[in-house]
Amino acid sequence: MNAAAQEYITEDGRKIGGVVMEMKNITLRFGGVIAIKDISFDIREGEIRAIIGPNGAGKSSMLNVISGFYNPQEGEVWYKGARRPQMRPYQVAAQGIARTFQNIALFEGMSVLDNVMTGRLTHMTTNLFQQGIWYGKARQEEIANREKVEEIIDFLEIQAIRKTPVGRLPYGLKKRVELARALAAEPSILLLDEPMAGMNVEEKEDMSRFILDVNDEFGTTIALIEHDMGVVMDLSDRVVVMDYGKKIGDGTPDEVRSNQDVIDAYLGVAHD
Amino acid sequence: MAQPSPDSGLQSIPALLKRNATEFGSKAANREKEFGIWQSWTWKEAEYEIEQLALGLINMGVNEGDFIAIIGRNRPSLYWSMVATQMVGAIPVPLYQDAVAEEMKYVLGHCGARFIIAGDQEQVDKVIEIQDDLHQFEHMIYLDPRGMRKYDHSRLHEFSHVQEQGHAARDELTPEMIRRREKLTYDSTCVMLYTSGTTGKPKGVVLSNRNIIESAKSSSEFDDLREGDEVLAYLPMAWVGDFIFSIGQAYWTGFCVNCPESAETLRTDLREIGPTYYFAPPRVFEGLLTQVMIRMEDAGTLKRRMFHHFMDHAKKVGPSILDGKPVGAWDRFKYALGNVLVYGPLKDSLGFGRVRVGYTAGEAIGPEIFDFYRSLGINLKQLYGQTEASVFITVQPDGEVRADTVGVPAPGVELKIAESGEVFYRSPGAFEEYYKNPESTADTKDPEGWVATGDAGFIEPSSGHLRIIDRAKDVGKMADGSLFAPKYVENKLKFFPNVLEAVLFGAGKDRCVAFINIDLTAVGNWAERNNIAYASYQELAGHPQVLDTIQSHVEEVNASVAEDEMLSGCQIHRFLVLHKELDADDGEMTRTRKVRRRIVEEKFDDLISALYEGKAEQYTETEVTYEDGRKGSIKATLALRDAKVVPISAKVAAE
Repeated sequence: MNAAAQEYITEDGRKIGGVVMEMKNITLRFGGVIAIKDISFDIREGEIRAIIGPNGAGKSSMLNVISGFYNPQEGEVWYKGARRPQMRPYQVAAQGIARTFQNIALFEGMSVLDNVMTGRLTHMTTNLFQQGIWYGKARQEEIANREKVEEIIDFLEIQAIRKTPVGRLPYGLKKRVELARALAAEPSILLLDEPMAGMNVEEKEDMSRFILDVNDEFGTTIALIEHDMGVVMDLSDRVVVMDYGKKIGDGTPDEVRSNQDVIDAYLGVAHD
Repeated sequence: MAQPSPDSGLQSIPALLKRNATEFGSKAANREKEFGIWQSWTWKEAEYEIEQLALGLINMGVNEGDFIAIIGRNRPSLYWSMVATQMVGAIPVPLYQDAVAEEMKYVLGHCGARFIIAGDQEQVDKVIEIQDDLHQFEHMIYLDPRGMRKYDHSRLHEFSHVQEQGHAARDELTPEMIRRREKLTYDSTCVMLYTSGTTGKPKGVVLSNRNIIESAKSSSEFDDLREGDEVLAYLPMAWVGDFIFSIGQAYWTGFCVNCPESAETLRTDLREIGPTYYFAPPRVFEGLLTQVMIRMEDAGTLKRRMFHHFMDHAKKVGPSILDGKPVGAWDRFKYALGNVLVYGPLKDSLGFGRVRVGYTAGEAIGPEIFDFYRSLGINLKQLYGQTEASVFITVQPDGEVRADTVGVPAPGVELKIAESGEVFYRSPGAFEEYYKNPESTADTKDPEGWVATGDAGFIEPSSGHLRIIDRAKDVGKMADGSLFAPKYVENKLKFFPNVLEAVLFGAGKDRCVAFINIDLTAVGNWAERNNIAYASYQELAGHPQVLDTIQSHVEEVNASVAEDEMLSGCQIHRFLVLHKELDADDGEMTRTRKVRRRIVEEKFDDLISALYEGKAEQYTETEVTYEDGRKGSIKATLALRDAKVVPISAKVAAE
């Protein structure tokens, strides 16, 4: 792309690589409603990229385009240097893109452990039949997967609820379990749809710490949507600002903060 | 007490380690639950880990006589760190992991630790925060590397790297390690532990190998602890009890020390391990009992009735069966039936299915709580001890267990009661000195070796058991000259599940007033069952119905206190329920959760005067400290209530 595509080291010592995903002139329509209008931006390897904007700006739609849930009518998605053809969400997941949902989407009746194990699905090669017999390869595979899952449980400090059914957990913990499930897929890009929504200050601080730790520890690229401005400005390396389906700002938190269009969109503008 | 002959070589913990690795090489020494599985290390493997670390420490330049601070939750690696420290001739100083940076600064500065071994990022951050004030501090070793990749590593070292470097230099350094280990004798310092300090600054208690090993030895014999026993190490590593159990006794007998996965998984881990030897302060037993009772309230009718029926029976005959006293055949049969239906499953779910010996200490335990566990067939006993004594002063022998005494002098301990009522002891476990504090040492320990406990008590003539009344300095006189012993009354209050903490005031006054902390678990559950909505601790604590309940407890206590001729003046005339829990972070309690009376008195001065002035309510603002050290304040208007007291004169007339 441009000169900015060079690798660099952030102030806190993280390495930001080249562009890993690029959205080119994306337009998404639902009938007559234009949800996303000609938007382009990129996500670089190892960075925390935030998408912000007022309600209805098209942020979640954008995330859904990245995760393959929606297919844009116009525009191209480039991933790891190649144009991505139209894909089903599970194919996108298999490519190393995992996500969490704004309204938690876990299996309520299953234990935390089992929920997180489902995140390993893309890494399993044995079929249902082999797993039913649970001998030889299927068994080895499950043990290896369980080990990975346990590391994540340890990482997110949810050991105490390992065997608890998800339905019995409070909201803040469910969010964490969802993050655990997404991490279990060992994604190269992690998409977080409002990870802090509905949380109290302490839970937000915990979640922020986990997001930073994930980025730091596993080198995972993170794209997140968030409403809490303080959180976004503290966490992210670069921010895309959307308003009414259009991109109105893109840059570092400081650049975005001083962008007049962004200020207008958030604070309203005086009409005279 | 037979001293091991000097050539027996078992004069230090590292020497015991060597013996264990030879004698029980393939038996488990430590286990820790990690990644959902109990990881296990044999004595042989533990020895290997410790030696690698010891070599690594020499490699980093640890000298003999250095102090090495150890901070973190109970983990095998940190226990190994203590032994490795001893092995290189240095002195381990375990610190309370929940201490805030400011508190750690004093201790680290006082002992002048050159090296620090920390469990994780949280502990490392605290040290970094204060490192500019620590002039002797040089290097820090951390266990869990998570989150610290970007830290400046000029003074930071990862635990496993230190071991690797030690291993790489083993040919060169092993002779030096052996030389240092062989030099250790009974007189070398084994550990330095800081007292929590109910008053003033913490004091560093220096305990020698003689103190620790002799205490561990005689107490292990007393309760027949042996290799093959299992304990769960979950109490703070900085506390003398944990050091005696998880290092002293474990290394003497060769039993296995298990470390839980995290503080939150403790209950599950306890059940999975099923310890045979268990130690907990009274509040843990209280908490468990409260949980059992709450769960039984929610159980089905049949289960509930069965539970109560058999528990009533157990209360009647259980303790006698445990003590081996004669009990009728029918009662025995019914108890056995109860064991199959209720006691067994209950003990199992609590994790006490295999407990041979259980101890509680530190505070008085409520008789009902004590009897509950004993009636289930759990051999729960009390002991009385302190850091300066390497724990043991008195213990209860099997068959002589009671809720109101703390037992007879432990093996090798001599006891005497001074004229003032203060308890003194002399024992092989009695500490060497307070580090860099000869005045305090002289005040506490006389040249003949008698140590003042600071507690007032008396020996019951009929049984020879010691009974503790209160801290000697807290025992005072009221305005009319009658005895004021706050702890006695507070304990009676704390025996109610609804009351978490109580503080009595009245020294030098004509009547007593009290502060009370409610127990959020018990009262919260009660509120839930009675459809009482509350948003916060503060709101629940101020609820009129809660106040009514507490008032009835206070009045019951008054009636009971009035029975005691000596202390009938200590009845509570007025009380209030505090709007916040007393907390160690706010300095109101010690890290071992003992109330700092003076500080509470100063801090809530306005409330005390309001109580004495007879006001019906009082507005107050209190500063609170959050876990991360930030400060805030809470405001409340508290209701001050009168409680019925039993007139003392009426009682005299009745006699």
